[in-house]
Amino acid sequence: MSPDYAPLVPLMVVLPLIGAGLTLAAAGRTVVQRAVSLTVLVGMTGLAAVLLWAADTQGPQVVFVGGWTATEGIVLVVDRLAALMIIVSSVVMLAVLSYSVGQGASSFDEESDGHSPLPVFHPALLVLAAGVTTTFISGDLFHLYVGFEMLLSASFVLLTLGGTVERVRAGTTYVLVSLLSSVIFLAAIGLVYAATGTINLALLSERLGEIPLGTVALLNLMLLIGFAVKAAVFPMSGWLPESYPTAPAPVTAVFAGLLTKVGVYAMIRTQTLLFPQARFDDLLLVAALLTMIVGILGAIAQDDIKRMLSFTLVSHIGFLIFGIAVGSTHGLASAIFYVIHHITVQTTLFLVLGLVERVGGSSDTTKLGDLARISPVVGVLFFVPAMNLAGIPPFSGFLGKVGLVQAGVAEGSWLALLLVAGSVLTSLLTLYAVAKVWGRAFWSENVAGITGGGPLRGGHHQALEAGVLVPTAALVVVGLALTVLAGPLFDVATRAAVDLTLREPYLLAVLGSGGAP
Amino acid sequence: MTANLTLVVVASVLVGTGAYLFLSRSLIRALMGFLLMGNGVNLLFVIGSGPAGSPPIVGAGDGGPMADPVPQALVLTAIVITLAMTAFVLALAHRSWQLARDDLVTDDTESARIHARAEIEDGGDVAEGEESP
Repeated sequence: MSPDYAPLVPLMVVLPLIGAGLTLAAAGRTVVQRAVSLTVLVGMTGLAAVLLWAADTQGPQVVFVGGWTATEGIVLVVDRLAALMIIVSSVVMLAVLSYSVGQGASSFDEESDGHSPLPVFHPALLVLAAGVTTTFISGDLFHLYVGFEMLLSASFVLLTLGGTVERVRAGTTYVLVSLLSSVIFLAAIGLVYAATGTINLALLSERLGEIPLGTVALLNLMLLIGFAVKAAVFPMSGWLPESYPTAPAPVTAVFAGLLTKVGVYAMIRTQTLLFPQARFDDLLLVAALLTMIVGILGAIAQDDIKRMLSFTLVSHIGFLIFGIAVGSTHGLASAIFYVIHHITVQTTLFLVLGLVERVGGSSDTTKLGDLARISPVVGVLFFVPAMNLAGIPPFSGFLGKVGLVQAGVAEGSWLALLLVAGSVLTSLLTLYAVAKVWGRAFWSENVAGITGGGPLRGGHHQALEAGVLVPTAALVVVGLALTVLAGPLFDVATRAAVDLTLREPYLLAVLGSGGAP
Repeated sequence: MTANLTLVVVASVLVGTGAYLFLSRSLIRALMGFLLMGNGVNLLFVIGSGPAGSPPIVGAGDGGPMADPVPQALVLTAIVITLAMTAFVLALAHRSWQLARDDLVTDDTESARIHARAEIEDGGDVAEGEESP
């Protein structure tokens, strides 16, 4: 008999929470904080790899917390989708943390004295990690909500680090929008409980089939609105480009990579598991199209690279919603593959932007120029993920988009075909937006007089050091590895999508085993 | 299931007034709105849990129907989370007051600049309104 890997599941949440406690206790000692955080995230990445392997070969890993069965207690479930999500998020977190460690003491703030390592950063990042994993492994609607709140409260702290005027303004927008979406989500949970008497996802998927379709549709719509705000789906996307660009580079990188994808994950989970009979596919397709187009048009209008990338982030959420709404297994598999690609690439780009800021002193294209000559390394590190984002063959972005387009064509309805056209157009416009930034920041004349030595901040030159270059380069390589390993990865994503469409493996794992292990 | 009409009305009023306050530019008023909405939603859980009954502890009840404990546990969790969020928003409002002697949410200057530029370049035709001014 093979060993049981399920007991590893809670560690994915417990480890970062213990780490958060330790780093908080060691608030003054940066070295201890770094050691603890790095250990925790390396551990999480390793665990996630084991769990992915276990979920792929032995089926969903289920833990009944406290020994209570699904009818009474909270269930943690790691199926293929959840396992894929936690491994990508762990890898991305690890890269971002290494980057922030590599930044050295003069981290984060142009307006501070340059010496404050902001002791709250490490605990907040680890709580964020715990919250993100909680949402991925949760098998219970309310527990999902708690995971959301964990990652939100940590993200509030990270977004307003230092408490400068700009960040307080951005933070206010972000906090209020997040709170509103939480209230909507909570109200939806209350109604779900009133209608069915349970909040366990597996039980819900059975009981929702027994109540009137109109009620189910209402519940689904409320949940969708709550998640759509979190995922920044148009027209609930205005908050994202307002709030993300003001944060420090590593924080924006984590947010861009993970936070919106948590909303997308919740959508995938609820649409496939809970509401296969009352889906709003046409509505989602329209929302996806508008998200793509409006987002990318916004990106073209921006001068600041951070803002441009924030708008492309919104735009590419449209691709993911497209994949969910097409509803076929292939569409879902492509969406899952695209989530993995997009988390990696978007995080990489924001980290590279941190490097650009170090070299050029700004992320505003009107103040940058000739960076390709001043710092060829940064040029390459920007160019590769940027082309990946735009979906140039043979990068993973291209492969994911081809999958989505295939799924859309196979679906065949005029709305799906419109989406196919929209996604091709969005890809071209993304290429245009990225090329515009490239031309202005990397190839234009050096009017701003950038020396490449880095700007003076608090008496320190913020030059490029190995500490920031290596994590960024590593993440670029991960992005390239997604291309090389696209075959096996797409196979896992397809198997995950098949599981999601069938629902049986999930239900059997949670309800079939009938109680505590 | 029959719902308690009084509670439904109270919950609606709480959510309605909360939504109104939430639209305010003042952070403190928006926070009050969030709290009212949150309490309205908590009440929704209580409504959803069905009629009141004896304490849901084995041996403690009088033999009558027990109250449903799950929504109460959920509401308790929600209240705790709301408390934490409130603390953070208050800190944010305080910081905003320290910086600007005000807690009003201001516009994003970069958005406003790009919006203004679009107006100049396109002769007043602001396209792709991704952000309102």
